[in-house]
Amino acid sequence: MLDLRGYGPMLLEGASLTIEVGLCSLVVALVLGTLTALAKLSTSRFLRSVAAVYTTVIRGIPDLVLMLLIFFGGQVAVNNAALALGYEDYIDIDPFIAGVLSIGFIFGAYMAETLRGAYLAVDKGQREAAMAYGMRAGQIFWRVMVPQLMRHALPGLGNNWLVLLKTTALVSVIGLDDMVRKAGLAAGATKLPFTFYMVVAAIFLLFTTVSVLLLHWAERHYGKAYRRA
Amino acid sequence: MKKLLTVTALVAGLSMAQVQAKDWNNIRIGVEGAYPPFSSVTPEGELVGFDIDIAKTLCEQMQAKCEFVKQDWDGIIPALLARKYDAIIASMSITEERKKKVAFSDKYYNSPAEFIAPKGSSLVISADGLKGKKIGVQRETIHDKYATEHYPDAEIVRYGTQDEAYLDLQAGRVDALLLDAVAGEDGFLKKPEGANYAFIGEPIQLSEEGAGIAIRKQDTDLVEKFNKAIADIRANGKYDEVAKKYFSFDIYGK
Amino acid sequence: MDFSIIADNWPLYMQGLGLTLQLVALSLVIGFCIALPLALMRQSSIKAVSWFAWGYIYFFRGTPLLVQLFIIYFGLGQWEWLKTTWAWDLFKEAYFCALLSFTLNTAAYSAEIIRGAIAATPHGEVEAAVAYGMSPFKRMFRIILPSAARRALHAYSNEIIFMLHGSSVAGIITLNDLTGVARLVNSRYYSPFEAFLTSGLIYLCVTFAIVAAVKALENRWHAHLRPRTA
Repeated sequence: MLDLRGYGPMLLEGASLTIEVGLCSLVVALVLGTLTALAKLSTSRFLRSVAAVYTTVIRGIPDLVLMLLIFFGGQVAVNNAALALGYEDYIDIDPFIAGVLSIGFIFGAYMAETLRGAYLAVDKGQREAAMAYGMRAGQIFWRVMVPQLMRHALPGLGNNWLVLLKTTALVSVIGLDDMVRKAGLAAGATKLPFTFYMVVAAIFLLFTTVSVLLLHWAERHYGKAYRRA
Repeated sequence: MKKLLTVTALVAGLSMAQVQAKDWNNIRIGVEGAYPPFSSVTPEGELVGFDIDIAKTLCEQMQAKCEFVKQDWDGIIPALLARKYDAIIASMSITEERKKKVAFSDKYYNSPAEFIAPKGSSLVISADGLKGKKIGVQRETIHDKYATEHYPDAEIVRYGTQDEAYLDLQAGRVDALLLDAVAGEDGFLKKPEGANYAFIGEPIQLSEEGAGIAIRKQDTDLVEKFNKAIADIRANGKYDEVAKKYFSFDIYGK
Repeated sequence: MDFSIIADNWPLYMQGLGLTLQLVALSLVIGFCIALPLALMRQSSIKAVSWFAWGYIYFFRGTPLLVQLFIIYFGLGQWEWLKTTWAWDLFKEAYFCALLSFTLNTAAYSAEIIRGAIAATPHGEVEAAVAYGMSPFKRMFRIILPSAARRALHAYSNEIIFMLHGSSVAGIITLNDLTGVARLVNSRYYSPFEAFLTSGLIYLCVTFAIVAAVKALENRWHAHLRPRTA
């Protein structure tokens, strides 16, 4: 049937790296997204404009260009800064860090929009009721707002995750040994490029399918209170 | 007290690191690893090739401990400037443009360039003959620069590595490659996939200066060290020992 | 920042922009022509037809554009017999490979947008059309599609921007699009900031232009929904 000429395990290694990059970027994106959403909702004009510039600029520039900028430019910038501070040794921005940072940075902007929208979608009365009960700000956020905004945010977050996962393929361009680059190496050695890239496509489809199923489950979980019996 | 000790140890450690850096007892060397027979990676992940062996010989001569760092061609000079390594030994031709950014040692070899095309190709190597033809080169090499300047009506197709260029030549995506004659011979023509291809035209001497070792401009002492080491291994026969392993002719050039 | 690098290479960047816009525009137009029948097939009551459309959309939306491009550019070379046919004259062109993969990709996304918009057509509109005695064909082209187009406009504008940004992978297969030019300038001058920021800003301007154009179009198409001003 499918003969991968012994390159199967190598491809799986690449697949696990793809997942790693994806999950690490997701964490970065969620943290950045939350902070940015809070900045957008804040009363400070300064914070609001910083957040607005960030989300607008990021969504206007291709992922690949940003990634190349961070990978090639970040190296120079970080080391020049370190040197100015008197640190003589070299700081290496390896492709993994550059990849995770740039993907996280890009999707932070998309996450921010989703989270902000979800926050605003929660009925005002909920917050007012919580305040009337004498809850503290932290309590209101975690006990009242988050469980409810998750329901509104999940479809958007899920969609962002699916796009993010596919964006990880670009890290192969900056030299990270993810699934796509491993497939390229295997294809070069075996002269079977079609076979290997199709296998990579199939693995991506599998990741997507599993993600969609998990998301369905999560949406049901957070939507429980709203289902009719 | 404990704190004080830690601080002292830190300071001592730092100053030692400083001294070490100045003495060049440890040198990190940037190499490409995708340019046979000068530099490539074995399936076991080991770096091999003429560049690598010359680097090892030079380090031995300088009595320095060397560490190799693999780096894609596209980022090889920026990473030197960013201090990822201290010297580049990667068949880098000495050119005026590069001299603006980095310092070079004396040359350690010089080989001509040549075109490769499918056997029986009727291509004529001239500005007219290459009009509208596709010439594959490795991005930002002297071959790229030469082709861009001398064949303005040809379409120059640029690749990140020489290996990618070989693949597209086989796929018929370019009509010919312009590349280092030695790299083309050993890296492609002598291999099974190169069986249907041949050099066309005459070898072209692109660089008077040859390939040198690139070093950050401020590290003039390291340039001196490398220059002395190159002269030494040329004199004591160790250079020829390495060269004979790879080439049947005089790679050093005149 | 060394602005002379940008100034010296400005013509190169403009050529890159030209190629990018050409690739994106062509793939969007051709892709849309494929997307429309695809969306209708997806709705078809013939199982095989709707499954085919579902599979197509699922594949192209579920895998990265880069992988699709590699399958076409590198992958098809695996079939030696293909190289002996006239088709190889096309496939050996990096430009054609990029255009083909972009077209197939955007067709899948657009089809899904169109399908969603059609599915959301208010029942009343269709019922009214039936009551007027319109044929199914007439109903589709006079009532359902125009109404769906209004609803799809916003999602489709996002797809245009995604395609603009996605097209940057053309720079990986030797094409000198806006991203390819930036890579060239970066490796020539070792100035990543100048090289990539210039491209990035040009992309940003094009994105803004698209957003503004869609806004203007939305204003026209949705004029009947605006609150009346005296």
